[in-house]
Amino acid sequence: MEILRGIDAGMPEGGISCVVGPSGAGKSTLLRAINRLIEPTSGEVYLDGEPTSGMDPLLLRRRVGMVFQLPALFGASVEEAILYGARLAGRDAEADRLLEMVGLDVSLGGRDPQSLSVGQQQRVSVARALALEPEVLLMDEPTSALDEAARRRIEELVRELNASLGLTIILVSHHLDQVERLADHVVLLAAGRSEGEWGREEFFSREGERARQFISGRS
Amino acid sequence: MEGLETVGSALFTLGLVAVAVALSLYERLDLEKDIGIAVVRSFVQLAAIGYVIDYIFGLDSLGAVVLLLAGMTAFAGWTSARRAKGVPRAFAVAVGAIGVAAVATLGMLLALDVVPPTARYLIPLGGMVIGNSMNAASLTLTRIRDDLSEQRLKVEAALALGATSRQAVNPILRTALQRAMIPLIDATKTTGIIFLPGAMVGMIIAGADPLEAVRLQIVVLYMLLGSVSIAAILVGLLSYRSFFTPRHQLRSAPLEY
Repeated sequence: MEILRGIDAGMPEGGISCVVGPSGAGKSTLLRAINRLIEPTSGEVYLDGEPTSGMDPLLLRRRVGMVFQLPALFGASVEEAILYGARLAGRDAEADRLLEMVGLDVSLGGRDPQSLSVGQQQRVSVARALALEPEVLLMDEPTSALDEAARRRIEELVRELNASLGLTIILVSHHLDQVERLADHVVLLAAGRSEGEWGREEFFSREGERARQFISGRS
Repeated sequence: MEGLETVGSALFTLGLVAVAVALSLYERLDLEKDIGIAVVRSFVQLAAIGYVIDYIFGLDSLGAVVLLLAGMTAFAGWTSARRAKGVPRAFAVAVGAIGVAAVATLGMLLALDVVPPTARYLIPLGGMVIGNSMNAASLTLTRIRDDLSEQRLKVEAALALGATSRQAVNPILRTALQRAMIPLIDATKTTGIIFLPGAMVGMIIAGADPLEAVRLQIVVLYMLLGSVSIAAILVGLLSYRSFFTPRHQLRSAPLEY
C-alpha cells in the first residue's frame, strides 16, 4: 500500500524540525522511512548528503535514534534498558551519565523499568536512543501518552539536547502549541504529500496562517 | 468379518457417552452436538487407521510404512498450519519441522537398534512422534504470531536500536519455545506417579511383561522429548524470518489475519 506519494522536504542539520499534519497523513511512515524501519518503494532519503538506501540498515539505525509514542522498554533494569542498543553495537556507554542527561536520578538505574511513571519511562527511552550517540533523533509524537507535567519535561529535554549536543531532531507533533514551543523548521504533510515547509518565523507569521488553520481545523 | 466385530464391541461403551449427552442436555451445556461429532469421527478414524495398519502389517513392506508416516506428517503439517492462520509459509515450515523431528528420532532408535525396523514398532511410535511434534509446532507458531502482533512496538524499538531481526525477536522466540516444551517436560517428570502413559497401559492390558512395557515407555518418553524439542526449535527458527524482511524490517501484511 502506498502511504507516502510525494515528499520533498529538508530537515536542517542541528535544528528541530516538526512534522505536522492530520492523522493518516503519513507522518509516522515518513519517520520510519528515515531510519528504514520501512523501505520506501521509490525515492531517496539522504543523511548528511549521503543516500541511506546504500547503507547497512543496522548501521544507519545507530546513527539515527528513535523515540516512539510509548516507551517500549525492555530489560530487567533501567540500566539494562538504556544500554540495550549500545551493547548490541559492542560500544561502551555509561548509564549514569545518560540518566543525568535526561534529567533522571542515577538511583533509578537498578529499578524495574515498568515501576517508573510513563513520563520517566519515556525519558529512559530517550536515554536509550542517546546511548548510541546518534546524529539525528526521530521522535514520533513522544508526548502524546503523557500528562501535562511529563509533556513539559520532555519538551524541555528536547530543547536542551538540541542546544547542548547540537543534535538534529525530527519530531512528529499533533499540536500547534507544541510546534510553537519547539520548532525551528516545520514540514506540513497531508495525504502522503509534503504540502510545504517553513522556517519558524515564517510559519507563525501571516505566511503560514493557512497551514496553521489547516492543522488546527483538522485536529 | 471378525475384525469389525472386534471394533464393534467397543460400541458398548457408548452407554457411557449417552450419560454424558444426557447430562449435557439436562444442564443445557450445548455440547451434545460436539460430543456426537467426536464420537463418530473418532470411531471412523480409528477404525480406518486400524484397517490401514492391519493391511500394512500384511504387506510386510518398509516402503509402505514410510509412505504411511509421510502421509501422517503431511496431515499433521496441514493441521498445524490451519491453526497458525496468518503465518506465512506455515504449512511448509510445519511439515519440514515435524518431518525432521520424526526422521531424526525414529532414525536414532533404529540406528541404535532400540527397536526393530518393523511396522509393528514404527507405525505406533511414528504416530506418537508426529502427533506430539504437531502440537509443539502449532503452539510455537501461534505463540510467535500472537506475541509479534502484541509486542510489535517493542520489536520495532529493538530494530530501531540496531538489533537484527533475530535479536529483536529473541525474547518472543524464547517464550514460544518454552511454552511448547513445558507441557511434555512436566508430563515426563510426573509420569509413573500421577498417570500411567497410554502405551504402557495398553501393553500391560495386552499381557506384556510390565518391565518390558516400562522399557518401551522410557524409549517413548525420551523419543518424544527429543522430537518435540527438535520440532519446536525448527519451527521457531524457520517461521520468525517470514515476519521480517532481509533488511531487518517488520513486515506488516502477515500479521493482519
